[in-house]
Amino acid sequence: MGDKTPLHGEHEQLGARIVDFGGWDMPLHYGSQLEEHHAVRNDAGLFDVSHMTVVDIEGAGAREWLRRLLANDVARLQAPGKALYSCMLNDDGGVIDDLIVYFLAEDRFRMVVNAATRAKDLAWIERQAQGAEVRVVERPELAMIAVQGPNARAKAAGWLPESGRAAALALEPFTAARVGELFVARTGYTGEDGWEIILPGAIAVDAWRALVTAGIRPCGLGARDTLRLEAGMNLYGQDMDESTSPLESGLGWTVAWEPAERDFSGRKALEAQRAAGPVRKLVGVLLEDRGVLRAHQRVVTPDGDGEVTSGSFSPTLGRSVGLARVPAATGERLEVDVRGRLLEARVVRPPFVRNGKPRIQID
Amino acid sequence: MSTIPAELKYARTHEWLRQEADGTVTVGITDHAQAALGDLVFIETPDAGRSVSAGEACAVVESVKAASDVYSPVSGEIIEGNAALASQPELLNSDPYGAGWIMRIRPAAGSETSALFDANAYQATLED
Repeated sequence: MGDKTPLHGEHEQLGARIVDFGGWDMPLHYGSQLEEHHAVRNDAGLFDVSHMTVVDIEGAGAREWLRRLLANDVARLQAPGKALYSCMLNDDGGVIDDLIVYFLAEDRFRMVVNAATRAKDLAWIERQAQGAEVRVVERPELAMIAVQGPNARAKAAGWLPESGRAAALALEPFTAARVGELFVARTGYTGEDGWEIILPGAIAVDAWRALVTAGIRPCGLGARDTLRLEAGMNLYGQDMDESTSPLESGLGWTVAWEPAERDFSGRKALEAQRAAGPVRKLVGVLLEDRGVLRAHQRVVTPDGDGEVTSGSFSPTLGRSVGLARVPAATGERLEVDVRGRLLEARVVRPPFVRNGKPRIQID
Repeated sequence: MSTIPAELKYARTHEWLRQEADGTVTVGITDHAQAALGDLVFIETPDAGRSVSAGEACAVVESVKAASDVYSPVSGEIIEGNAALASQPELLNSDPYGAGWIMRIRPAAGSETSALFDANAYQATLED
């Protein structure tokens, strides 16, 4: 028996297949993962992501402290509500976790980190906070719901309190606003438009039911995984972890090198790796032969072997796509050992799909 | 609950087998198996003419989640793989005992099906 979100009873009532995810009992799907996937690409889907960990950083020193904690630079967050995606690195430049940080006020930032990494993240964060002018406040009483898809915001808007509806609909991508007791962010993990909504756990069931009634289809973690993979988004623990740096994980764009004097955790190791040239890189892969890419399959290149880190059938493309960590010199051609056979694959630049449309050339 | 037609025979590894009038057998996977696998996205059926032994992995069904082997319940020769599954793997989800059949086999002389379960015995294995 794992931890349960406030929405667990709703999932059971909807007939969800429940699986363990990072110690949480979560819905894998509610009948058909494929139909849920297509609902998000074409209409609107609803996800319980209450297992994610919300941590508020409070205090006068919050901004300067976060500039040391994170590889991306929260100095880029100038308007309240603005969000930033970042890695949190150890001293070797390995990725402890990836997260989103929101600028709420000069003395208050909010981080949303992964569920499976909660304990080690909090231990690391608390250690870094020692002696600093910040308080680290975990918010386990909060739930989190994502509505994603081209029609998600329009369908969900009617449920928002009228006083905040216009403001929520006016949010730019990667910004958030407080709407009554809700925290509404125009973010997501699917490659579609939508909101992620942080709310008191006590009202999560009412919110969920209202959103289902508004015609937003409940979707499980299965669809969430195929959607994020099509969108070319990394999954922590699979595509990167503490043994890999952002430079080896397709996340070099999230590292703020300037200003050079900003001394964030992992910077020295990362600079050394950048100077020497990373020996590995993470690439998108399209399988050209018939079959399905899966994590841990061996990748064969003229420059040495690599490994598939995420792989799946892409419901939107009707083909198999994946992410793979390969030697840095790898060109366009690959072979992947799929159940004992070497199949032809091509390196492509993620995302594979965005906003309902294929973004790569197939055949 | 999953469907388990009374007229078929079953293997512990969730294949079903139907004895045809011409002496061949048709093989697929059970309703229970397709439900457990989830949406199927890729199915590899064996080529006609291939000899298979009872218990040999000879087809692959891949769902959104994972790949699984399908084992031949009998020894014999593959007569035909279900070509429709290449373009419509979802047939296996929607009609596992009909349009979602996987392969037809001509059992070798003396190949026994008596070790397979009947519907009641197969149902009992699911309840273990």
